[in-house]
Amino acid sequence: MMKYGPGLAAAAPPGDVDHDEAIRITGLRVVRGARVVLDDFDLTVRRGTLTGLLGPSGSGKSTLMRAIVGVQRVTAGEVDVLGLPAGSPPLRNRVGYLTQSPSVYGDLTVRENLRYFAAVLGADKTDVDRAIENVDLASHADNLVQNLSGGQEARASLAVALLGAPELLVLDEPTVELDPVLRRDLWELFRRLAGEGVTLLVSSHVMDEAERCERLLLLREGKLLADDTPTGLLARTGTPNTERAFLHLIDQEAGR
Amino acid sequence: MNPRITIATADRVLVQLRHDPRTLALLLFVPSFLLTLLWWIYDGGPVFDQIGPALLALFPFIGMFLVTSVATLRERTSGTLERLLSMPTGKLDFLLGYALAFGLMAIVQALIASGIAIGLLGLEVAGPTWQLITVAVLDALLGVALGLFVSAFAATEFQVVQFMPALVLPQVLLCGLLVPRDELPAVLSAISDVLPLSYAVDAMREVQMNVDSRVWGYVAIIAAFAVGMLTFGAATLRRRTP
Repeated sequence: MMKYGPGLAAAAPPGDVDHDEAIRITGLRVVRGARVVLDDFDLTVRRGTLTGLLGPSGSGKSTLMRAIVGVQRVTAGEVDVLGLPAGSPPLRNRVGYLTQSPSVYGDLTVRENLRYFAAVLGADKTDVDRAIENVDLASHADNLVQNLSGGQEARASLAVALLGAPELLVLDEPTVELDPVLRRDLWELFRRLAGEGVTLLVSSHVMDEAERCERLLLLREGKLLADDTPTGLLARTGTPNTERAFLHLIDQEAGR
Repeated sequence: MNPRITIATADRVLVQLRHDPRTLALLLFVPSFLLTLLWWIYDGGPVFDQIGPALLALFPFIGMFLVTSVATLRERTSGTLERLLSMPTGKLDFLLGYALAFGLMAIVQALIASGIAIGLLGLEVAGPTWQLITVAVLDALLGVALGLFVSAFAATEFQVVQFMPALVLPQVLLCGLLVPRDELPAVLSAISDVLPLSYAVDAMREVQMNVDSRVWGYVAIIAAFAVGMLTFGAATLRRRTP
């Protein structure tokens, strides 16, 4: 049995081949319906890093994240997470996942939701309060989720992903619908977690958020347009901000 | 499968019900209300004695079918099921969690309904009451299993509610409530032999008519249907989706 608790990102358990890599994707192909969302996709993410995944809606961000969590049916390729095939049983309480639309029970309070998911994960009971604090919902902890605002519901869902001691956090648009103060606080939390050794992959379609990551992935139509540090990206494109950089790259591609 | 997760799931479902007192009240008291109405319609006469036990089999089945199918559909569409299956939850934990919670509700429901039918309305039952309740709870679990299963084939709550008339009402018509099963046209009689509700009603009749009722054969058949349906239901829960 693994140990859980507030001490995030414990030492890598046996079974991990490469202790440095949190995610390794090779030749991934995902077909949804008649559409090829990802094709021959490769990506490696080091442990303890904060990576931003950017791109317009429909670019394949969520599909990529679902593949990493192991809930996406894939056609071909390999996805290894923490040295194990994505979605394999030992990973299920080592990977925290936030879906794009909030997935918590509307007819339970915030605290009841977290208690339930903590029990499922085998996480410590004290962890519930920590997760509620992390997303700044302490004053609403005993309200039914269905009576909360959209942003509060999204935060309740995020709190679930923070439960236990996930070594990898896959967060699909965690800051959507949030006010600037809260957004800043959450990014601070993400950076702190990365500093403690947690690997984070965070998607967003708000470009300026990306500047808070140490690595940026720009995804468009299932292809990586850029894979760089924020400063590297700006330097390479000669643009003042990420949004311009992105547009520049798209124009450049279209010009070919 | 992990007992901790199974119990946590059952507990969570019960807490959800507690937050919804109207559903809880409807679930527990509507069967008793309908039984009383029926008693009134027949003026407490012999017809009531004839169909009363059959209704004790029907109500838990229909009620639990509806509640479970809608609840599971919500889990599927809201993303909570995907989240649970990305965690250490086993498919059986999920299914048995629901079965446990609604099974518990079914016990309370059956106690209230049979208590009122026998104690207040004077329903004549020759066999032991606990057998009546056992069969009622098993019928409820059958409803849970069928509800879990059909929720996989519905995309909306409109669709799932329509499965009630499509899958449940034919069983009600053929279970021997209107016409004894052996007096049905041969084809229909054969069909009724493979429908689970027929055995639920047969079991109730057996308890009602005989002092030393032999109900275990029926119980085994109903349980087999429930387990089979839960197995099919488990097959529709997928960790990876397209």
